[in-house]
Amino acid sequence: MHWFDNISEWLEQRLQIGAPLRELVLHPVPRRSASWWYVFGSAGLVLFVMQVITGILLALVYAPTAGQAWNSLQIIDRGISLGWFLRAMHGWGADFMVAVVLIHMTQVFLFGAYKFPRELTWVAGVFLLLFTLGMAFTGQVLRFDQDAYWGLGIGAAIMGRVPGVGAYLVHLMLGGPIIAGATVSRFFDLHVFILPALLAGFIGLHLLLVLKLGVNEWPMPGRLVRRETYLKEYEQLTRDEGVPFVPYAIWKDMFFAAGIIAAVAVCSLVLGPFGPRGVPDPTIIQAAPRPDFFFLWLFALLALLPPQMETPVLLIAPVVVIGAILLLPFIAGEGEKSWRRRPIAVLSLTVIAVSLAALTHLADLAPWSPVMNAWSSDPIPKVELQGRSPLELRGALVFQEKQCRNCHALGGVGGRRGPELDDVATRLTEDQLIRQVIQGGGNMPAYGKNLNPAEVTALVAFLETLHPPGQLPARDASRTQAATAASRSTPSRP
Amino acid sequence: MSGELQLTRRALLVKLAILVNAVLAAVLAVPMIGYLFSPLLKSKEYLQWVSLGSTETFPEGQTRLATFRNPFGHPWDGVTDKTACWVRNVGGGKFQVFAINCAHLGCPVRWFPQSELFMCPCHGGVYYADGAVAAGPPPRGLFEYPWDIRNGKLMIRAGELPTLSTRA
Repeated sequence: MHWFDNISEWLEQRLQIGAPLRELVLHPVPRRSASWWYVFGSAGLVLFVMQVITGILLALVYAPTAGQAWNSLQIIDRGISLGWFLRAMHGWGADFMVAVVLIHMTQVFLFGAYKFPRELTWVAGVFLLLFTLGMAFTGQVLRFDQDAYWGLGIGAAIMGRVPGVGAYLVHLMLGGPIIAGATVSRFFDLHVFILPALLAGFIGLHLLLVLKLGVNEWPMPGRLVRRETYLKEYEQLTRDEGVPFVPYAIWKDMFFAAGIIAAVAVCSLVLGPFGPRGVPDPTIIQAAPRPDFFFLWLFALLALLPPQMETPVLLIAPVVVIGAILLLPFIAGEGEKSWRRRPIAVLSLTVIAVSLAALTHLADLAPWSPVMNAWSSDPIPKVELQGRSPLELRGALVFQEKQCRNCHALGGVGGRRGPELDDVATRLTEDQLIRQVIQGGGNMPAYGKNLNPAEVTALVAFLETLHPPGQLPARDASRTQAATAASRSTPSRP
Repeated sequence: MSGELQLTRRALLVKLAILVNAVLAAVLAVPMIGYLFSPLLKSKEYLQWVSLGSTETFPEGQTRLATFRNPFGHPWDGVTDKTACWVRNVGGGKFQVFAINCAHLGCPVRWFPQSELFMCPCHGGVYYADGAVAAGPPPRGLFEYPWDIRNGKLMIRAGELPTLSTRA
C-alpha cells in the first residue's frame, strides 16, 4: 500500500486536515453518552444525505413546471425501471427524516442537553427542524397533484388573512395572481436550492458546536448545571471517563442509521411512493384535499378552532410557539438536566405529544368534513324502512335527496359533521324537529326555503321513526297535558 | 511616523474598498429585489374581463359550473390556468358568479341543486344559493366576480385567486 501512503502524504501536505480530522474522530465522549439514546441526530444527517442523493436523481427527470410536473411523475413511476422506488425512497425518507428530527429534539429536551453552554446548538437545531418541515411542505407541493394544488390554495388563504399586507403575501407566495407556473417554479426553487443550502449550512454549524462543546453527558438527578462550574466539570468528566467517539460511539450510530435506511427501503418497497393523486386541474372540483401526515394535526386544528379564533391563532401562535422554543435555553439554561427531576418539562412534552397525536388521529377520521357523495351512495339501512307508512317512506326519500346524509350518519354510515340520527326521535320532539329542519341552527343550514311544507311533514314523520326499539320517541309534555285536559272537558261518550 | 501614516492610508483604502462594494451591492440589489417582488408590482394588471359564454347556457333559476382560462396565463401553466366558477342565473337578467374557493381556506365548494346548498369538502363550510354562509367556519359568504353582459355573452372580471384580502 505504498502508493496509498504517498497519495495521502501528498494530499496532507496541501490540505493539512489530518490533525483536525483526528480530533474529530477521537474527540472524547462521556462514556455513558456513547449510548443508543444518542443516535438520532446522526440518523437525521444520514437521511438528509440520502434525500439529497435521491432528490438529485429525481430532478434529472422531474419537469418543474405546472403544466408538466404531474406527467413527469408518471414517467418516473412507470417509464423508468425502479423509478417508482426512488420516488418512494424520497417520500418515505422525508417522513422518516421529520420523525427522526422530532425524536432527536425530544431526546435532547428530556436529557437537558439544550442547557448551558449548548444554547446555540439548540437554536440551530430548532432552525433545522423548521427547514425540515419546510422541505416536507415544499416537497408535497412538488408532487404536483390535486392535493398539492388545493394545499397551495389553503396556504394562500392563510396568507390572505394577514391584515394589511395579505394581498402582497398571497402574490409573493404564488408568484402571481393564481396558482400556476410561477408557483411551482418558486416552490422548486425553495425545495431544491434555498432550503437544502440552509439545511446544509445549519447542519455544519450544529455539528461544529457539538464538536466544540462536546456531547452532552448522561444526566444524573442532582447534578446541576451552573454557568460558573459546568465547563470545568465537563472537562473533568471527559478526562476521567471519556472514550474516543471512534470506535466507542460511532458503531451504534452506524447500525442505527443502517436500520433507518433499511426501514425506508422496506416501506418504499412494500407501500410504494406517495401519489400523485388526481391531475392538478382546478376545474375538477371533485377534490377532497388532505395534507401529508405531518401536517394532518394542522388540518384538524383549523377545523376545530372556533371560527373567530382562527385568524389570531394562525398568525400569532406560530410566532409564540417558535419564539418559546428558541428562548427555552435562555430561560432554563441552568439547573437540573435529568428528566426525573423536571416534572413540568415531562408534563409539557406529554401534553404536546398527546395533543398532536389526538389531532392527527382526528384528522385521519376528519369527522368535520361532509361526505360529499353519501346522499347518493349510502342507502338507508333496511331496518329503518321496514313497516313504515307511505308518508314516512316519502320522508326517507327527502332525507336522502336533500343531502342530509352528507352530514348525518345513519347506521354508522354517512357524514359526521352533524350528529348521528339513529335515535334523533328520542332527543327532539316533533315540534323541535320541525324547527330544526326549517330554521337550522347549531351549525346546520336552514332548510325552510328549500323544502315545501309537504316535504317537511314527510321528513319529520320519517325522523320521528328513528328511535331504538323499546325506547319511545320524545314527546312534548305540554301536548299530553293539553290532550288529557281536552279529553276531560269533553263529555265522555257512553 | 511614516509607518503610521502608511497604516492609516491602508486603513482608508480598506474602508474605501468596502464603500465601493457596498454601493455596488446596493445598486445591484435594486434589480434583484425588483425581480423578487415583481409579482407585487403589477397587481393592478391581474384583472380582465373574461367571457363565460352565451347567457343562454345558464338557464334561469339554475346554478351551473362554468370554466374559463386565466387571462394572463403562460404556456407552461398547463391545466392550472383553468379556473372554475359557479354561475347563478337569478332571473330577470340578473346573475351571481361565485368563485369556486371556499371563503374559509380556499377548498373547492360543490353545488347541490337538490338542497340548493354549496358544500365545502374540507371543513364543512355550507352556503345558501345566494352565497350567504349557511353553516360552518367561513368568515364571509362566497366570493363573487363582478359580471356584465356584452353582446349576449356573460362576462366576469377575473384573474386572481380570491382570498380574504385579494379580490375575486
